[in-house]
Amino acid sequence: MTAERPEVEAAALPHEGANVQPAHTIVIVGAGQAGGWAAQTLRSEGFAGQIVLIGDEAHSPHERPPLSKAVLSGAAAPESARLMKPEAFDALAVQWRPGVQVHRIDRAAKQVLLSDGTAQPYDKLILCTGGRARRLALQGADQVPLHTLRTIEDAQALAPALRPGRCVVVVGGGWIGLEVAATARQQGAEVVVVETQSRLCERTVPAEVSAYLLALHRAQGVRVLLGAGVRGFARAAGGADGADIRSEVLLADGSALACDTIVLGVGLVPNDELAREAGLACEGGVLVDAQCRTSDPHILAAGDVAVAPNPWAGRSLRLESWQNAQEQGMAAARSALGQAVDYQPLPWFWSDQYGMNLQIYGMPTPAHRVVQRGDPASGSFVLFYLAGDVVQAAVGANAARDLRFARRLIEQRKPVDAERLADLGTPMAKL
Amino acid sequence: MTTMTTNWIDAAAHGDVPQDDVIGLAMAGRDIALYGVGGEVFATDNICTHGHARLCDGFLEGHEIECPLHQGKFDVRNGKPTCAPVTEPLRSYPVKIEGGRVWLALD
Repeated sequence: MTAERPEVEAAALPHEGANVQPAHTIVIVGAGQAGGWAAQTLRSEGFAGQIVLIGDEAHSPHERPPLSKAVLSGAAAPESARLMKPEAFDALAVQWRPGVQVHRIDRAAKQVLLSDGTAQPYDKLILCTGGRARRLALQGADQVPLHTLRTIEDAQALAPALRPGRCVVVVGGGWIGLEVAATARQQGAEVVVVETQSRLCERTVPAEVSAYLLALHRAQGVRVLLGAGVRGFARAAGGADGADIRSEVLLADGSALACDTIVLGVGLVPNDELAREAGLACEGGVLVDAQCRTSDPHILAAGDVAVAPNPWAGRSLRLESWQNAQEQGMAAARSALGQAVDYQPLPWFWSDQYGMNLQIYGMPTPAHRVVQRGDPASGSFVLFYLAGDVVQAAVGANAARDLRFARRLIEQRKPVDAERLADLGTPMAKL
Repeated sequence: MTTMTTNWIDAAAHGDVPQDDVIGLAMAGRDIALYGVGGEVFATDNICTHGHARLCDGFLEGHEIECPLHQGKFDVRNGKPTCAPVTEPLRSYPVKIEGGRVWLALD
C-alpha cells in the first residue's frame, strides 16, 4: 500500500511490476470515503485507464467522522474533511460526476444509466453507495422538522440549533446519537437522549462500556432516558424565542418531551437498491467475498454498503466504520485490477465525545472473559476480552497507546497473563 | 549573503530521547517529535498532517511512526507518508548530537 500520489504523467505509465489488467474503464458509484480511496488506489497501483467517479453529493470525497463533531460545532470547516486537496484530486485525473445519480445497472450491456439521461459503460464497476440515515415512519413525523446526521448539509442544517437556551432531543443512544448529544451539550444546549433499549450502544458494546458511556453523558448534564420507546412527534405552541417551531417527542409511556430540535440517530439504511434491482445477491447490503466481489464477477462493492465475511466476527457483516470505508475501498480497487486480495480486517472503531476518545478493536461478546486495566472512574482504561488466554477484543477510553498494543496482541493471538494485563505497572509493550 | 550558517538549537539531552520510542517537545513555538532509532535521533513536526493528532502519542516501529488517531504512518527520517490515510509529508529537521545534547536546525 502506498500513500504517494501519482502525477498525471506517472498515471499514464503503469508502475514497474504493477499488475495492470486490460480493463479500460472502471466506474465507481459513490464518491464518499470508500469511493475516494478506490479511485486513489487505482492510480497508485498504476491503472492508466479511465476512472469515472459518480457521486450524488455535490462534494468531492470526504471523511464523515468530523461531521458530527468539529464540523457540527463549527470548529472546523467542511473542507477540512476532504480526502484530498483539490490539486491532488485533480492529479488523479478521474472523471468526477458530482450531483449525479445512477438509476440502473445494465449488467448485460455492462453500463450504468445515469440521472442525466446518459449511459456510462464499464469494464469493472465498484459500488461504494454507502447508506442513508434511517427515518422513523411514526405518527406526526411529517409535522415537525426531524434532523438526521450523515452529510455535510445535515451538519450545516443542525448546527444553528445547538446553542444555549435551546433544547435538543436526540432519538437514539447509538454512536451518532451520542456524538451529536456531546457536541450539542458542548455548544451549550440542553440535551435529552431517548433510547429504546435498556442501555446505550447496545448493538456494538458490552454492558460495562454502555455503563461508562451513560455515566459520561450524565456527568456532562445530559438527560438520558433508557428503555424509552418513541411513539411519535407533535407540533407544540410557542418557540423558545417566539418565532420558532417547538416540537414534542411523544414517548410510549404517554409522556411528552418538549424541545426546539429533534435529531434522529436511529441507524443507517444501506443503499443497496441498485444492486438488488440488478439481481446481485444482497442480504442487508451487497454481499461480497474477501476479494470484494459481488455475485457478478465484473462488479465489486466496498464500504458501508458491503456485507463481507469477517473471521473476527465469525460471520458476514457490514462494518460501518471509517477504517472499513478506507481499507475496503482500497482492497476493491486492487481486486478490480486483478491483484490477489484477501480483505479480512480486524474491526476497528472509534468515537470522540467531550474530548474522550473511545476505541474498539475486534468484536467483544458476552462469552469473553473481561480483564480490566485502569479504572474507568480515572477516565482512562482498557477492557480486554479474552477467550482462554488469548485477547480477542479490546475497548478502551483515553488509552490510544495501550490500545495500539492491544491490537498487536489480538492480531498475534498471543497468550497473555491476565494479571500482568490488568497491572498498569506492566507496560503493554512487555506483554 | 552567500554564506549559510546553520542555526543549531539545543533541543534535549541525548539521554532523554528514549530508544525505539518518541517524545514530544515544544521549542521555538513549534511542536516537535524526537525519535530514538538504533542509536540515532530523528526530528519531525509533531502534528500529523491528516488528523492533527500528536505523533508523540503514537507508535514507533523501526523508522515508522504511526499516528495514534488514524494509524497513518510516516518515515521519521524524511517525513514521507508510508501508509494511508496520510498523503502529505511531515516536515523533518536536521539533527546533530554534540556534547551529549541533541541539536536541531529548525530553519
